[in-house]
Amino acid sequence: MSISQQDVARIAQLAHIELSPEQTAQAEHDFARIINLIEALQSVDTSGVEPMTHPLSAIQEIALRLRADEPAPTATEAQRAELMANAPAQDEGLFLVPTVIE
Amino acid sequence: MSLLNEYPSIHALGTALREKKFSARELAQDALNNVTAHAHLNAFIDINAELTLQQADAADALLANQQGGPLTGIPIAHKDVLVTKGWRSTAGSKMLENYRSPFDATVVERLNAAGTVSLGKLNCDEFAMGSDNQSSFFGAVHNPWNTQYSPGGSSGGSAAAVAANLVLCATGTDTGGSIRQPAALCGVSGIKPTYGTVSRFGMIAYGSSLDQAGPIARNAKDLLEVLSVMSGFDPHDPTSLEHCLNTKNTGDRIRNDFNSWETRFTENTNQPLASLRIGIPKEYFENELDSTLANQIESAIAHFEKLGATRVDVSLPLTREAVSAYYVITPAEASSNLSRFDGVRFGHRAANYSNLEEMISRSRAEGFGDEVIRRILVGTYVLSEGYYDAYYLQAQRVRRMIVNDFQQAFAACDFIMGPVTPSLALPLGERSSDPTTDWLSDIYTLGVSLAGLPAMSVPCGFTHDAQPLPIGLQLIGNYFSEGQLLALADRYQQDTDWHQRKPEAK
Repeated sequence: MSISQQDVARIAQLAHIELSPEQTAQAEHDFARIINLIEALQSVDTSGVEPMTHPLSAIQEIALRLRADEPAPTATEAQRAELMANAPAQDEGLFLVPTVIE
Repeated sequence: MSLLNEYPSIHALGTALREKKFSARELAQDALNNVTAHAHLNAFIDINAELTLQQADAADALLANQQGGPLTGIPIAHKDVLVTKGWRSTAGSKMLENYRSPFDATVVERLNAAGTVSLGKLNCDEFAMGSDNQSSFFGAVHNPWNTQYSPGGSSGGSAAAVAANLVLCATGTDTGGSIRQPAALCGVSGIKPTYGTVSRFGMIAYGSSLDQAGPIARNAKDLLEVLSVMSGFDPHDPTSLEHCLNTKNTGDRIRNDFNSWETRFTENTNQPLASLRIGIPKEYFENELDSTLANQIESAIAHFEKLGATRVDVSLPLTREAVSAYYVITPAEASSNLSRFDGVRFGHRAANYSNLEEMISRSRAEGFGDEVIRRILVGTYVLSEGYYDAYYLQAQRVRRMIVNDFQQAFAACDFIMGPVTPSLALPLGERSSDPTTDWLSDIYTLGVSLAGLPAMSVPCGFTHDAQPLPIGLQLIGNYFSEGQLLALADRYQQDTDWHQRKPEAK
């Protein structure tokens, strides 16, 4: 199993990271070693073993508490200003990005 | 000479504050001066004297009315993956260089409410990804025992700050060993609690199914004081536990356990640990373990045997495969968690771009360092179509087998002991051209993290060099055994002075 520079470019595109040609070459080099490390998993006989997502599920019932996905208004203008203060570009409470549709 | 050097424990320092030997403000000013005097360690990313002194004044107001608790006025500092209102919250990354959090992490909020006085934010590997602190955008932290050496990572700033006595306690976070390993390499004590017992709300996420915050301090009793404040159910964290088996998830759970174990240990003064079995995993003592470390670990185990504990051999056959499983699961989770950094709502945005897609991918390329990019790429790969089952699901199956192996070991023993790291602290600047070489150095800590078990590191010796380097002993307990682990470590520290040694002031 090996990863070519084209594969690296495809993965970087999926990850939304712009890689320079040098970084792409370095990533190809790193992937060869990393895949060698994680390939070791294939030699473990896991037949009949269920994948584990929460380690504590081994000993007790785990219920993930998901909150309702409901928008809530910002309490005050001051709070809105505080939340927006980290935005790289904003205008009247909106996040600015480059034009998507002309 | 800092005031902190005169008080060996939180209890002693707290007593001095309550007796008004000095005010919390005087103590905080003195501690801030000491931080400045140790700027060469690069342990801190952000300091804000005004905010620190505000917290100290609030502590003094409580102390004046005899309302102070054990932590009121005690200087602390927070690893910079925990967000804080006021101080910057960078995660050691250029991506968040100027980020200001609108809220405090739950852990920080709880420690604030307990009256601690924060000296600021501690340096760490970028997004907690690393074991030597060299991936921080703000430069590596230097090990106080020998400033040419790494303090370990990712909580390197936390361990170095405690080792240099800049604070008596600091917060850290552990995904694959990031509390235990720097604590070991800096000669201080640290505990990673059971997954789910400490809130992850406001902790900048890396591997969400493993990330867990915990304290680093000079000794086990101080860890108990801080951990019992940090622990407890938090409705804001969906993986926070309401119950630990049949006990409510509160800080009192740990304190009560500690007290009952401590009482048990004092009932039999000759053989305080009689009837306790120490499991020694043979896989933790194989080829890669440095012989100087092996000797010190053996001496520490022998001391526990002298106290009455029995030694039993156990096996953790997937110790090596745990490294492989970890480097599938955590990059997968990281690639998902770090997808929020897009240069739109917060964080670094590239200066030049011609469209939205380019803005996002260039902002991410500029904002993330090499190690973070490497792990995001690996995570994206193992989650991509055609590889998800072979890598990600297979790693999660191996994870269950690792959990089962630990439970099988705990059927034969009460706690497990071994090294934290296969080697001593490494000189700064040394990095392998093969990234997996650095990853393999976490071989003794990753399995515990995948299993979500509590574990700690306790100083157990030094090298015999002219400038000695510290060695740590790892204690691993079954789920929710934090109180027992801390009581065992405290019993060991009653007989040894490794934890009291300090690097020579420079």
